[in-house]
Amino acid sequence: MAAQLLFFYFGGVTIAGAIVAVTSRNIVYSALSLLVAFIHIAGIYVLLNAEFIAAVQILVYAGAILVLYLFVLMLFNPSEEKLYLHKQAKVGIFLGVVVLFMMLFAGYKTEIIGKGGPLTAQAVKEMGHTRVIGNALFTDYLFPFEVASLILLVAMFGAIVLAGRGVHRKKGPAGRIDLSYRDKLPKKSSETPEEVIVGR
Amino acid sequence: MDPILPDIQLIAILPEIILALLACGLFVAESFIQREKKEQLGYYAIGALALTLLSTIPLWGKEISTFSGMVVLDSYALFFKTALILISAIIILMSFEYVKIERINLGEYYGVILFATVGMMLMPSANDLLSFYLSLELMSMSLYVLVAFMRKDPKSVESGIKYFLTGVLASGIILYGIAFLYGTSGTTNLGEISVFIKTQEIGSSPSLIMAFILMITGFGFKIAAVPFHMWAPDVYEGAPTPVTAFLSSGSKVAAFSVMLRVFINSFDLNSGSWWQILWIIAVMTMTLGNLVALTQTKLKRMLAYSSIAHAGYLLMGLIAASQIGYAGIMIYLVGYAFMTLGAFTVIVLLCRKNHRGDQISDLAGVARTNPFVGLTFILFALSLIGIPPTAGFVGKLFLFNAAIQGGFYWLAIIGVLNSTVSLYYYFRVVRVMYMDEPAEDLALSFSPGMKIALGFTAGMTLLLGLYPEPIIRAAIDSVKIFL
Repeated sequence: MAAQLLFFYFGGVTIAGAIVAVTSRNIVYSALSLLVAFIHIAGIYVLLNAEFIAAVQILVYAGAILVLYLFVLMLFNPSEEKLYLHKQAKVGIFLGVVVLFMMLFAGYKTEIIGKGGPLTAQAVKEMGHTRVIGNALFTDYLFPFEVASLILLVAMFGAIVLAGRGVHRKKGPAGRIDLSYRDKLPKKSSETPEEVIVGR
Repeated sequence: MDPILPDIQLIAILPEIILALLACGLFVAESFIQREKKEQLGYYAIGALALTLLSTIPLWGKEISTFSGMVVLDSYALFFKTALILISAIIILMSFEYVKIERINLGEYYGVILFATVGMMLMPSANDLLSFYLSLELMSMSLYVLVAFMRKDPKSVESGIKYFLTGVLASGIILYGIAFLYGTSGTTNLGEISVFIKTQEIGSSPSLIMAFILMITGFGFKIAAVPFHMWAPDVYEGAPTPVTAFLSSGSKVAAFSVMLRVFINSFDLNSGSWWQILWIIAVMTMTLGNLVALTQTKLKRMLAYSSIAHAGYLLMGLIAASQIGYAGIMIYLVGYAFMTLGAFTVIVLLCRKNHRGDQISDLAGVARTNPFVGLTFILFALSLIGIPPTAGFVGKLFLFNAAIQGGFYWLAIIGVLNSTVSLYYYFRVVRVMYMDEPAEDLALSFSPGMKIALGFTAGMTLLLGLYPEPIIRAAIDSVKIFL
């Protein structure tokens, strides 16, 4: 019962935070409500007995990534964005609701008859979370793990190429750095904010 | 419990390991090479691809399943790997001049192409939902970067953002489909999923249908099938031309290769009514692609719509769900890759300083001043329409044949009618090339790389049309794993 109440609390706040993040006019409010959503997702992970992922969620998303978002926002001197909806918004919302209900229906109607893996809740409890995850990652899931590292490598190279190269010091008065590239940056910044900073 | 390392046979991904390491080496070497000499890195990349191609030779005929069944190496995977290495090499050959003209001659350009190739090569060997998803992401991530590579050009940046947003959305949808499939079957291994679905007889389970719909949506984005094609024309137009060629050949070949494995292995396409969804998508894709291509005045946009239409033809093989259909997809993909690459090479030829050269009118009179270019373009146009003696004809023959044998007469009829429509817009370009007066400052930017690329694609298009037996045999052998 308590767990259920907690789940509804965490789930509700996550959704509310996500909605504020999307709809808020002030970009700093958006970032901060995203932080709220991230932390509450970590709460849901704890309820699912996935403490390790909860800790990673807090460290990586709430800690590192969001701080970098905020750094970028500070550099860009954010102004209030005008909120507008596309003409297709109504159709989009309608279709989204339809798809959502289809998914809920499919999930509700399906009996789970698939066999579980070897890592049952009991086995995980005996060995401890971090250890189980480490074991699985470096044995059975070695291949996806390595490919994921290649993906991150490409993302880093890409961000450096797209954001960093070709920003030269202008030989202007007082040797100020030419900041005209700023006009071009914001488009890419939401993608990989950390590399934007590294790249410069 | 100590971790037990499963039996890992690294030889199964030997070509990919070599290529990934050499690509990393390229990024290191990049720092030591002056801007004017970046071309050397292109030759390095060609050498890396050649070495990778050589390293596939000892793998022929082997059947390996490794990394806990996540990666398989069989003749099907090797067929596509070889094709993808060749495609990537042609892309690099046609880039040498282009990157200099557009002033994007950075070494990273070649490195990211190599990484995209690694992702593409891993895709046909993926035998697990996880490994397939991650290889797809490796390819897509590299392509996002490549599309936006001309970052001084607003169009390229715009198309980069468009491609990134739609691509990420598609990846998310595929991931949703994977979640449903995993939730139903309790395993991510494609072979086990297939066994599970067949033994439990749950073909009509709602979550399985949901998984199928989500997967077909996601793949529809990746192969640009209608109604998920909206991104393609804009992205194809804005991206650097060799990258556009890469998108329409390499990424499509890789996406289809993994799509075949996922759909045939995990969903039982022969039973049930899966084909109805695919049928509608295929017909819409062919028809819309060809009809809209008629009205285009920009070469790259026209080829974008034509590439949408070709995705429709290819889906016919999946609907027929027979050996000949799958083999047809493989043959057509290879032929299609060479003929599109050839057509894009001709567009790259038009590009010179301060002149993008992507209008159909820019081709005016090219065939008069350069008869060889005119002849090769006629060859590619014939192949794209599907007229013998070209690769496109052999592929279409197999696909239409599969549709008729499977009892999908209407599908075959619509396909043939669409091919007839496509004759108009390809030959409109040919007419402009031969009939119109050439512009006074007409000069094609030829380089040794371009000559090799044009000659090779033209040669392959003709060879596969005149002597298709080896590729037919290879394709039919390869698809035996699905039956």
